[in-house]
Amino acid sequence: MIALELAYWQETTLRVVIGLAALLALTGGVVYLFLFKFVSFMQSRLGPMEAGPYGSLQLLAEVGKWLQKEDIFTERADRIVFAASPFVVITSTFLLFVVVPGGPNAVVADLDNSLLYAMAVSAISVIGILMAGWASANKYALLGGLRAAGQLVAYELPMILAIVGVVIQAGSLNLQDIVYAQSEGEIFGVGWIGNPFILTQFVGFLVFMIAMQAELTQTPFDMPVAESELVAGYMVEYSGIRFLVYFIAEFATAVGFSAIAATMFLGGWALPADWGISRDWMHVIGPIVAATKAIALTGLVFWVRFSFPRFREDQLQRLAWKFLIPITLANIVVTGVLKVAF
Amino acid sequence: MPAPKVPGVLKGLGVTLREAMKTMFPGGPVPSPSKGAATVQYPREKELPATRSRGVISLHEENCTSCMLCARECPDWCIYIEAHKTLAPPRRAGGKPRQVNTLDRFDIDYSLCMYCGICVEVCPFEALFWTPEYEYSEFKIADLLHDKERLGQWLDTVPEFEAYEAGSEAKVKKVPPPPTKASGS
Repeated sequence: MIALELAYWQETTLRVVIGLAALLALTGGVVYLFLFKFVSFMQSRLGPMEAGPYGSLQLLAEVGKWLQKEDIFTERADRIVFAASPFVVITSTFLLFVVVPGGPNAVVADLDNSLLYAMAVSAISVIGILMAGWASANKYALLGGLRAAGQLVAYELPMILAIVGVVIQAGSLNLQDIVYAQSEGEIFGVGWIGNPFILTQFVGFLVFMIAMQAELTQTPFDMPVAESELVAGYMVEYSGIRFLVYFIAEFATAVGFSAIAATMFLGGWALPADWGISRDWMHVIGPIVAATKAIALTGLVFWVRFSFPRFREDQLQRLAWKFLIPITLANIVVTGVLKVAF
Repeated sequence: MPAPKVPGVLKGLGVTLREAMKTMFPGGPVPSPSKGAATVQYPREKELPATRSRGVISLHEENCTSCMLCARECPDWCIYIEAHKTLAPPRRAGGKPRQVNTLDRFDIDYSLCMYCGICVEVCPFEALFWTPEYEYSEFKIADLLHDKERLGQWLDTVPEFEAYEAGSEAKVKKVPPPPTKASGS
């Protein structure tokens, strides 16, 4: 092992760079794979084909386009708040990424209660969206912002309640410990596959994915940006680089949440079953496995997004409060009872 | 009792996945989306437009009497006609020379045209024809104003006249352009 002695600022810079690189690479890959290609295939078309082989450089072209566009402020916008809001949102996304473990040591910030931390920082994006909605001085933006606030707060609850089951089973709020609990655990004595919590916590997984879809404001939960009603909701006045940041944040958050879901329910960076691979090799394989699982779950998000039409606003709230929350509460009770019983 | 909702949700996911697979794997396990897709990559591959599609309007100048009906019926006022009177040789020997209108200008501004085809319908002298050509975009919007020479060139692309359906001969109003100009499509 190479032991590097780094000053605090060097280490912090390195962590930020690694985190940002992971965020941008994964987001770019997911956008190309699913948003450009998979969705196109669903619609019997090819998607971008001109920029690079099979359109693989399309994303760079898009970024270049957005960077060239004028950064427009509305006349009565609250300029500072308006300008800051996309960066608040992307900061929340970045903070979500830093706790996702990608290997035995490959975690940008290993916190004792990283799961709680992830849920907490992901809630910051609500503030950014409200800032955008209010500061745009546009009624559609304000409506979108308020809808987003109502929706994101409503779905934060089932999301957090859904992970409680996992936390009870793993006995820890640390994502790294949750990975170990899954790869070393066993289901009622059967241990060859470990215990990926998707099997024992399937209800929790389902609720988490639904709540995640809503948190990401992806169709069928895209009332805040409902283009047929609110033009583009809170994003309506944004252009140029600020819109680009919103665009990145939207899909990066999808990857971030998927990575956390993959860590909690699919065993994270650990391979299913024991392949006799030494711990040293897991430093290399781990990030690949973690990324694969996260990308697969992101694919699920986009698959659902492009399959279903939008809910109504009241149906959205009813689903959260009357269906998901009772189910997760029951799940917590059952998990707790079984945990004590076995 | 209504059917439970969850299977419907899964069915929807199944539809989109099946379409994606149909596009990605049209024949066998090798992914070849360019075969499975319903679209064509336009500048490289082209689909033939329908023979009677409304691409561009061509002008058969000899038939035009500058009666201005097309210009007056045009909802966008995108046809500009100017003409002057000239004398043509008499029809019968010994007769008086006829007075005819000669076109000075017959322009269609395709930046305004909405392809309704009213001018073609309304022309009483079979001077206007649809052709399926559609690739005449320009970098400058002013270049979309086609003058009578340009409109006359389109006449070569007018497709062969399609026979009317059986039993509709009574309604035939349009006749094909003279074979001298329209030398087949």
